[in-house]
Amino acid sequence: MTEPLVRIEGVSKSFGSFQAVKNVSLQIEKGEIFSLLGGSGCGKTTLLRMLAGFETPTQGRIFIDGVDMAAVPPWERPVHMMFQSYALFPHMTVEKNVGYGLKHEAMSDADRKARVREMLELVQLTPFATRKPHQISGGQRQRVALARALARQPKLLLLDEPLAALDKKLREHTQFELMSIQERTGVTFIVVTHDQEEAMTLSHRIAVMDQGVVRQVGRPGAVYEFPNSKFVANFLGSINAFEARVTALGDQISVDVPALGQSVQARAIGGLSVGQNVTMALRPEKITIHRAPIEGANVLAGGVKDLAYFGKDSLYRVALPSGALVSVHAVNAARASDDERLADWDDKVWLSFDAASVLLLTD
Amino acid sequence: MIARWFHRRGWSDLVIGLPYVWLLIFFLLPFLIVVGMSFATRTSTAPPFGFGGENPLVNLAGYARLFSDTLYIRAFVTSLTNAAGAMVLCLLIGYPMALGLTRVDRGWRNILLMLVILPFWTSFLLRVYAWMGLMGSNSWFNKVLTGAWNWLVPQAWDVANVPLMHSNFAVVLVMVYTYLPFMILPLYANLERLDPTLDEAAMDLGARPFAVFRDVTLPQSIPGIIAGGMLVFIPAAGELVIPTLVGDSSAPMIGRVISDEFSSARDWPMAAAVAVALLILMVGPMMIYSRFEARAQARERSE
Repeated sequence: MTEPLVRIEGVSKSFGSFQAVKNVSLQIEKGEIFSLLGGSGCGKTTLLRMLAGFETPTQGRIFIDGVDMAAVPPWERPVHMMFQSYALFPHMTVEKNVGYGLKHEAMSDADRKARVREMLELVQLTPFATRKPHQISGGQRQRVALARALARQPKLLLLDEPLAALDKKLREHTQFELMSIQERTGVTFIVVTHDQEEAMTLSHRIAVMDQGVVRQVGRPGAVYEFPNSKFVANFLGSINAFEARVTALGDQISVDVPALGQSVQARAIGGLSVGQNVTMALRPEKITIHRAPIEGANVLAGGVKDLAYFGKDSLYRVALPSGALVSVHAVNAARASDDERLADWDDKVWLSFDAASVLLLTD
Repeated sequence: MIARWFHRRGWSDLVIGLPYVWLLIFFLLPFLIVVGMSFATRTSTAPPFGFGGENPLVNLAGYARLFSDTLYIRAFVTSLTNAAGAMVLCLLIGYPMALGLTRVDRGWRNILLMLVILPFWTSFLLRVYAWMGLMGSNSWFNKVLTGAWNWLVPQAWDVANVPLMHSNFAVVLVMVYTYLPFMILPLYANLERLDPTLDEAAMDLGARPFAVFRDVTLPQSIPGIIAGGMLVFIPAAGELVIPTLVGDSSAPMIGRVISDEFSSARDWPMAAAVAVALLILMVGPMMIYSRFEARAQARERSE
């Protein structure tokens, strides 16, 4: 196996008695977009700042391109950062901002100018070259920050909440722009974000962090569909989770779910034993809603308690006889007027789901 | 009717107007009197100046003497060089202190800020006298300096004591000591507002700590440098007490000249003319600067 671009080995960071990052080990490949996803205070920004060199690990080592970064100061690292606040120099023009990193590199003035022009073209800001940061919009500022960080052709670009300061429309647009720029430049991106949707669409791989610990690493699909813990399942999208107990193993695993008042069949996975307590979890979009009784193993009967209509889809909250609430996400595939809806308030409905969709979580 | 006016906008007009009235009565009016006096003629009556009668209504003799008598020109030059020296030294000493204040944690910062302001709690005059005691030729301080000097240089250059007192050096030294907080405080206020992530961004882009300071911190602190510089330069240029107590009486500063003209020479018109000239010398550059600033800002906004 070739050496990964970034190798983080057992890195911990403490501030006084507070441990911000606990024994994190990660490997990030060249050309990847890798996301560190987690809520505020989960240690993702601290980890990023350690990569940039603004914080030194209390324990563990960080290798970039095979070089131990312990003794390398921030200004010598082949790493650039795009700050959440963008941190543009207010007294310099857009052009000067983008060219600032090149000032510290041995190259001719002509090359420097050409490189700045090239970067401004990349982010489509050529007409704004002589403006000051306060004379351009938030989205443009974000692109200046990106161009500035990319100008020195870093091996690794660190992006701290790159889209957080943008409004929703601009965010979607910028997200695709970021991806295309990453593809064109081939620079490895590490993105810190608290927005799971952003992480899912943007990245090749995600590390979900909680309280300084990496809970799960994987492709977005894998982390979403096969979360290894209740925390990860909850953090990425929404989920119906109930306490359950394994009653039988075999081709399918049977679990008894007291909250649903019945047993549920799940696809067989290893490492479980009869009598073990687990969490039975089910994504709302994996459940089908019916207005007539149906036959089958995984069927629940209940009444619609709440209904939220979003246009392209609807969220139902179905109350079971046991009192438990199940969220169901249904796409409004057919056009229907109000009285033709799939189900309405207080309607009696039946819910069905595949055994393969059922998650059994031990953590 | 008055009540209605008062409630609608009168109260805010009054609040805003009061300081202007104050400035008008206690600043502009006396200044106009001084300007008027500078055109008068010296008489032996009381008050010791007069207009008209056998004297010309507008007498420019005072202003003419400003240029003809080298005493005034020398006094202006001494004042400006001493004040400029004090300003530059205050900047060189105060800038690192202000920058240091922004880099220590909260608790220490308050203590250190306190220490910067602390000297103000004792009488200004007392502090100048303390310096006189230190610099005098029989002080332990002077003896240590003399000893060090005599030990370092060849015997031919030996001195009985280091002549500190009654020199421009002493004036600048005491002015630096006195006005240092006026440099530190506006600089600190300016530096404290700067975004520390900008330093990190520069460092991240390959700038070593000195380059970070030169490219990011320093350019952004220019308003603080100008504010602090003016707060030191302006009072230092007109300083009376310090040069009188520790300065070289054969090369007086302009404050001393004005004071002497008023009191011992009883030439009020001349004193007024010197005062007006000093004011023009101070306010002129400031007005040019602020006009330049305003135009630069307007240009930036219109772009």
